[in-house]
Amino acid sequence: MATLNINLQFSGGMELLFDNQKSINVQIPSTFSDKAVEKHATNMRDLIAWTAENLVQERPELFLGNDGSVRSGILVLVNDADWELEGELEYEVQDGDEIVFISTLHGG
Amino acid sequence: MESPSIETLTARLSQLEQQNEALRQEVAALRLEQKTYSQHKVDSNANGLDHATLLSEAETPFEKVTKLTNPEIARYGRQLILPGFGIQGQLDLRNCSMLIVGAGGLGAPCALYLGAAGVGRLGIVDHDTVDISNLHRQVIHNEARQGMSKAESAALSVRLINPHCKVVAHDLVLDSSNAQPIINSYDIIIDATDNAATRYLLNDACILGGKPLVSGSALRFDGQLTIYNYRGGPCYRCLFPTPPPAETVTNCSDGGVMGVVPGVIGCLQALEAIKIAAKINESDVPTMTIFSANASTMFRTIKLRKRKPDCIMCGDAPTITKLIDYVRFCGASATDKTPDLFLIPMKERMTVEEYKHIKDENAPHLLLDVREKVQFDICSLPSSLNIPLKDLSKQIDQVKDQLRGQSQLPIYVVCRRGNDSQPAARLLQEQGVTTGEIRDIVGGLDRWADKIDPEFPKY
Ligand SMILES: [Zn+2]
Repeated sequence: MATLNINLQFSGGMELLFDNQKSINVQIPSTFSDKAVEKHATNMRDLIAWTAENLVQERPELFLGNDGSVRSGILVLVNDADWELEGELEYEVQDGDEIVFISTLHGG
Repeated sequence: MESPSIETLTARLSQLEQQNEALRQEVAALRLEQKTYSQHKVDSNANGLDHATLLSEAETPFEKVTKLTNPEIARYGRQLILPGFGIQGQLDLRNCSMLIVGAGGLGAPCALYLGAAGVGRLGIVDHDTVDISNLHRQVIHNEARQGMSKAESAALSVRLINPHCKVVAHDLVLDSSNAQPIINSYDIIIDATDNAATRYLLNDACILGGKPLVSGSALRFDGQLTIYNYRGGPCYRCLFPTPPPAETVTNCSDGGVMGVVPGVIGCLQALEAIKIAAKINESDVPTMTIFSANASTMFRTIKLRKRKPDCIMCGDAPTITKLIDYVRFCGASATDKTPDLFLIPMKERMTVEEYKHIKDENAPHLLLDVREKVQFDICSLPSSLNIPLKDLSKQIDQVKDQLRGQSQLPIYVVCRRGNDSQPAARLLQEQGVTTGEIRDIVGGLDRWADKIDPEFPKY
């Protein structure tokens, strides 16, 4: 099965959900298939679900929102750009991508 | 008696002269501070500086100038000779007013640098008072000012550095009832607050008032910096339309913060505010700067989305047209104080006095401390077992091992403030680790230090 090499990074306290790892290199399938839906190229929706299932140690509700996205207060970056510029959940993940999950901070 | 050598006398004399000089300098510094403070006190009394007067003081357009005075030129010389800033940049700064909301870890260096750099009028909002646990990062205050209003203390420090800067101290809690007129009376707003509710409040007030918002935040070893509502960039709600769940928000008093980290971000906020005032780098695309003090790449600047046309605040058809109740919106109070949790009824819990009695009686029991290890390492009660709350369900066998067949041994659970101890006690009850009683200690070790043992450290 073809895979994609992705570098996941966590900052702003996000790393606490990932056993304090700030950077994790992962290999994920290059395609996913929904129930009854044909195979499609891996997108951010798949990556987020895969990350929650395979990497979040406990309390996935601190990572996941309720629409297949991340919870509010987390900003996602695709190769150093706001993921909104790339199509958010529909962005098709590319081999070698660097995906960052940042928890917004409120302290001062 | 053996007479001392001339060398010994000379050395002693020079030592005393040095000490004398150090004392003279300290006296001079204290006199200056005393004078400025008492002058300001007189001013406040004479003007009766209540909120309304302060506001009118802030609302009065301050006198703008077309040229700098000679003392100003002497003071700002190193900036004046900077290509790309120069006399025009300095004049723009002099004719600009800025409001810093929060005189804490971010606001402290920000206020010092903006005041020193020559901002014409600087407002400082804070309702808190100076506490010794602030001073590792809030370097605008000092030990002698414990208990003084942070807004006043910050204003005093800026005046001591630069009497040319007109500083206005707003000693109040900013909320939807008072924010708009205050925001409207300044040109640039700096978000140096410590909680989500005030961040949304400032965002909305800045959209309604048409002001750029220089926003900074910091926690542990991390910091973030963004300018909202500026040159087609996003507002805070474009990025974060819904507030984060309250349980995912960590404040500095629970999460900790390296003092220099908000210092770095506060300095960058001052810099960005100066660049806006002096119209430098106006073509920049919207970005967020992320500072990670303990990562190999400390700074990362990322490109942000533009203003979202469907944003309910700054979009083409906004549905929010006046300030709302932000505490309710965020489900969290507008302070960085940790609220008390009430998960277990009081009568099923234990007071510090009751626990003291159990200790004095030498009644057999297991004391379980569920704080994080870094906190346990600072101080702990004798013979307590440390398992952090987040590890407790995984390490429940370790608790069982401790009971060593004494299946009726009571377990008492303690933490820092009596919040984490409640879910921990619940977990132990659900797991049925003992047939004896399981209770947690109300108010935790903080209350132990307050009520039972004044020698026990508080942090
Ligand atoms: Zn917006």
